[in-house]
Amino acid sequence: MTASRLSTGGTHIDRSSSVEFEFDGRTLTGFAGDTIASALLANGVDIVGRSIYHDRPRGIVSAGPEEPNALVQVRWPDGASEPMLPATTVMVQKGMAVSSLAGRGRVEPAGEGLALADGAEARDPGRFDSRHAHCEVLVIGGGESGRRAAAVAQVSNPEDRVLLIDADPVATGDGVRSGMTALGIYDYGYVTAVERHPTSTTEGRLWHIRARRIVIATGATERPIVFADDDRPGIMLAGAATTYVERYGVRPGERAVISTNNGTTDAVAAAIAGAGVELVATVDARAGDVVVGTSGDDSGRLTSVTVARAGGEHETVEADLLLVSGGWNPNVALWTHARGTLRFDERIAGFVPDRPGPQGRMEAVGAAAGEIEGLGEIAPTWVVPPPGPATVDAWATHYVDLGRDATVVDLQRALGAGLESIEHVKRYTTIGTGIEQGRSGGVVASAIAASILGQDVGAVGVPTFRPPTVPVSFSQLAARDRGPMLADPVRTTPIQAWHFANGAVFEDVGQWKRPRFFPRDGESMDEAVLRECAAARTGVAAMDATTLGKIDIQGPDAGTFLDRVYTNMFSTLKVGSCRYGLMCRADGMVLDDGVTSRLSADRFHMTTTTGNAAPVLDHLEEWLQTEWPELRVHATSVTEQWTTVAVVGPRAREVVATLTPDLDISNDAFPFMTWREAVIAGTPGRVFRISFSGELSFELNVPAWHGLALWEAVMAAGEPLGITPYGTEAMHVLRAEKGYPIIGQETDGTMTPQDLGMSWAVSTKKDFIGRRSHTRPDTSRADRKQLVGLLPLDSGTLLPEGAQLVALDADLEATPVPMLGHVTSSYRSAALGRTFALALVKGGRDRIGQRVLAPLVEGSIEAEIVDSVVFDPENTRRDGDPAAIEGTRRVTAAGLRAHSPLEGVELPARVRELPFLAQVDLRADPSDAALMARLTEVIGARAPTEPNTAVVSDDGTRHVLWLGPDEWLILGEPGTAPPLERALREAIGAGRGAVVDVSANRTTLSVGGPRARDLLAFGCSVDLDERRFKPGMCAQTLLARANVIIVPVGPAVEPAFRLLVRPSFAAYLAAWLSDAAVGLD
Amino acid sequence: MLLIPCPHCGPRDETEFKYGGQAGIPYPANPAALTDAEWVEYLFLRDNPKGAWRERWVHSAGCRRWFDITRDTLTNQFESGR
Repeated sequence: MTASRLSTGGTHIDRSSSVEFEFDGRTLTGFAGDTIASALLANGVDIVGRSIYHDRPRGIVSAGPEEPNALVQVRWPDGASEPMLPATTVMVQKGMAVSSLAGRGRVEPAGEGLALADGAEARDPGRFDSRHAHCEVLVIGGGESGRRAAAVAQVSNPEDRVLLIDADPVATGDGVRSGMTALGIYDYGYVTAVERHPTSTTEGRLWHIRARRIVIATGATERPIVFADDDRPGIMLAGAATTYVERYGVRPGERAVISTNNGTTDAVAAAIAGAGVELVATVDARAGDVVVGTSGDDSGRLTSVTVARAGGEHETVEADLLLVSGGWNPNVALWTHARGTLRFDERIAGFVPDRPGPQGRMEAVGAAAGEIEGLGEIAPTWVVPPPGPATVDAWATHYVDLGRDATVVDLQRALGAGLESIEHVKRYTTIGTGIEQGRSGGVVASAIAASILGQDVGAVGVPTFRPPTVPVSFSQLAARDRGPMLADPVRTTPIQAWHFANGAVFEDVGQWKRPRFFPRDGESMDEAVLRECAAARTGVAAMDATTLGKIDIQGPDAGTFLDRVYTNMFSTLKVGSCRYGLMCRADGMVLDDGVTSRLSADRFHMTTTTGNAAPVLDHLEEWLQTEWPELRVHATSVTEQWTTVAVVGPRAREVVATLTPDLDISNDAFPFMTWREAVIAGTPGRVFRISFSGELSFELNVPAWHGLALWEAVMAAGEPLGITPYGTEAMHVLRAEKGYPIIGQETDGTMTPQDLGMSWAVSTKKDFIGRRSHTRPDTSRADRKQLVGLLPLDSGTLLPEGAQLVALDADLEATPVPMLGHVTSSYRSAALGRTFALALVKGGRDRIGQRVLAPLVEGSIEAEIVDSVVFDPENTRRDGDPAAIEGTRRVTAAGLRAHSPLEGVELPARVRELPFLAQVDLRADPSDAALMARLTEVIGARAPTEPNTAVVSDDGTRHVLWLGPDEWLILGEPGTAPPLERALREAIGAGRGAVVDVSANRTTLSVGGPRARDLLAFGCSVDLDERRFKPGMCAQTLLARANVIIVPVGPAVEPAFRLLVRPSFAAYLAAWLSDAAVGLD
Repeated sequence: MLLIPCPHCGPRDETEFKYGGQAGIPYPANPAALTDAEWVEYLFLRDNPKGAWRERWVHSAGCRRWFDITRDTLTNQFESGR
């Protein structure tokens, strides 16, 4: 093949703009608009790689995504490198370095990451994002029939949004969004599409499109005919020649043979003739003529074509270009993603869309529907037998899938092995698993399989097409969810800045980053944790406990509800008191634990573990809504309303006394397991005397925006006593010494309260969720694993967490070795001066005093089973020294400073925080007209019952947002929540409802500007169209990975939105908005 | 990606919801009166039909309300879906 650039022509290239690039070390010149493939042909490059298994030279076969051979590695000018891109779909760019591929390729480990063969960084420097779009009609494919379908759709429904996308980087007409390739169609008109920058694959956008109706106008792909030596450089799909001539002004060869079975090659003959290619022969299967083989030069390039004429005579024609057309396959992959069916259409000898998928709303038009322009009558021709005797070897160069080096021999072998389903044949031969996914040759493989099986190709079918339709990188799919800030939200407490400034080492607890320990100069983790534990046991220490889940439970039946939810009694709890509670699922397994306090006769404050805050609220709502709707109870998350600081240690009372001058903090007046309202450093809050360490402990709660100031006040008040900040690791050690299990560490969803030795917290006097399960034979087995303590015989040896435990005399050679249990927690104890562990051991409580073995590769560890409480089993420490407060200075303070969650955080233009707004969550029965009237009077507006709507109060100071059929959020000016809360509670009276001040539970962002909707559409799947989502509405949804409430606010001239977000997600959302705003440039 | 018709908020992406399994399995009025076998039936045994299937969802990122809906397990079509 001697390809070259024509002196004129080329609709896609700009001849005034030369582009230099490298190919295998050579500097080549193309034009702007060239694909790598067209530029290579223009430079006479005809061999573009060597085949994957057979090491055969290969040339460019196609001009599109069906390319099996011309796969290249591209290093972009910015240094990014991508492997295996089809040279036929990537445009040349100045400074790009292109390498051909040979064989199977390799990925070599180098340094910390993976390096590619040419030494490029494996880390993808690409900058990708994603965006949501909604339309009534999506037309995929901007060819003539697609454009026509879009025009018809628009004319018939002018209000409809019609979106027309096309993969070609050059727009094929007005209104076509070019460069957008649909990747897949999923349920309910959900389409993903990738939009790539035409000269770079390191920039691009993943589109999530919801379409009410989809028109598939994806055209058709030409397919080859299989014959001996059908893979030589110089053999090309016929239509590709037209493309190279007309789009790129490239003459693909000098002497051409056309091998065809249909009428579409007439146009090809005309096109190449116009480009000065000499057409030396046309081999037309409709006349009974076929190509039976080819010959090549020493490099393998095509030099001649052997033709079998209808009469049986063979002739050899010299040529450097063989253009093959075996017919056209409608591009039906997207049709079948949505489970549209296919049928074999004899008219085109190909598979065409038959019935749309079960959800309908889809049609195919044009070539994709089998209307192949110029096809005429087709003589189905799939494979031409070898010219000589048809031995197995004679089929060895009949390539069916060039990308996989699979031949007719592979098909014969698969069918000979008994495979009949084309799905199995695909997997056995790997035909259709290459980068072109069988779009060109797949049906040829089916036809050959059908002929071997003696079946119709229509009965054999084609393998299922699956998304994505074209290769797409992981970084493209990850889109904006990248890097340390955006890959997953990092939740932070109001005290995070202090932790950070004071050298905390953090650990991930769910999405939270919690301080694990606070190392001082040069300390190891062990040293720091021992010091922090010692401070809590001998002096005073403080921890940020804000992440604990908190749920406000309100209503006359709250006690009854908690009795059913917890294994122990809560209806008997006195106002002002706290109780530890265990919660089970219906199957009897422990779901969560925590301390719940009675705020008033009909109001409780529940706490949950950090990780279970949301699941526990879901659990409560599930039972309230689906099983016990008659209970007059409402549950509201207040996790982020409150910042919680635990002050722990024998001297904790002195620190708390300093901060709470008006609180009677004596042990008699404020005993263990009670709580008090108190003014803390001048700010109203709540103080709970509960302990997760066995020490005297106070948990101070103030509205979240005072949290940082509270922490600083605690540190200042405790300074004379050497107060020590401690992290989660010390907390774990302290609680483990007391045998307190951590849900999720000692439990794994298969542990009952009895397994944990907590029968004391399980009432026998009432029913509760899970009780019936505790008498199932399986849960009452004596050999269930039970929580025990372990003391390694060598007091300096630390058992690894997760270590399996076996009997001392266990036969370690047996398979399997009989297991007794495993270690769940293991620490060094400052209080005990030794190591210890918690473990789950079969029948463990009956084994106390016995020894077990942890067999480990590095040497077995022997340990004694002890009670799970290894420290202060008599609970002598929880009251500290009641006399210790005498002489403590009690300081009256002016009040804690408030910091908004985004104070000092940089926000994009037109985005600002509206801090400290009053927010009150209101629950009420909307069918109680009298109640609703009383509430209307208090609010100054009627709470809307239409979902996702919002109203403004008569005086304009309050917004009332619909959150649910019996739930609203009232927004007001800063500082107005407490009186509103009181007034609403009074209005509810004995009616069914609840009121919670949640002002600090969310912060508010104002997002404005002409492109505010676009900004939000990057991360929000709700249809934000201005005709559908306008002032007077609101939506609770997800923005990127954060739960938000979005409120459009007027005036309509310039769109503006309020975003309400939890403070712990505010920094994430700010980072996300800043990143997304760049995409608007 | 399903488009789930929340009875309150209208159709929303599946990512806003959590699944609640088979609908119409009430908590027994008196669990203590059930045999072990009956209790196990309530706890663990669920239908797995091909075709119409009544299931529960909660719109957890939206209105937080639980609801029942019928979905065809073969086609993913919701009864009230478009």
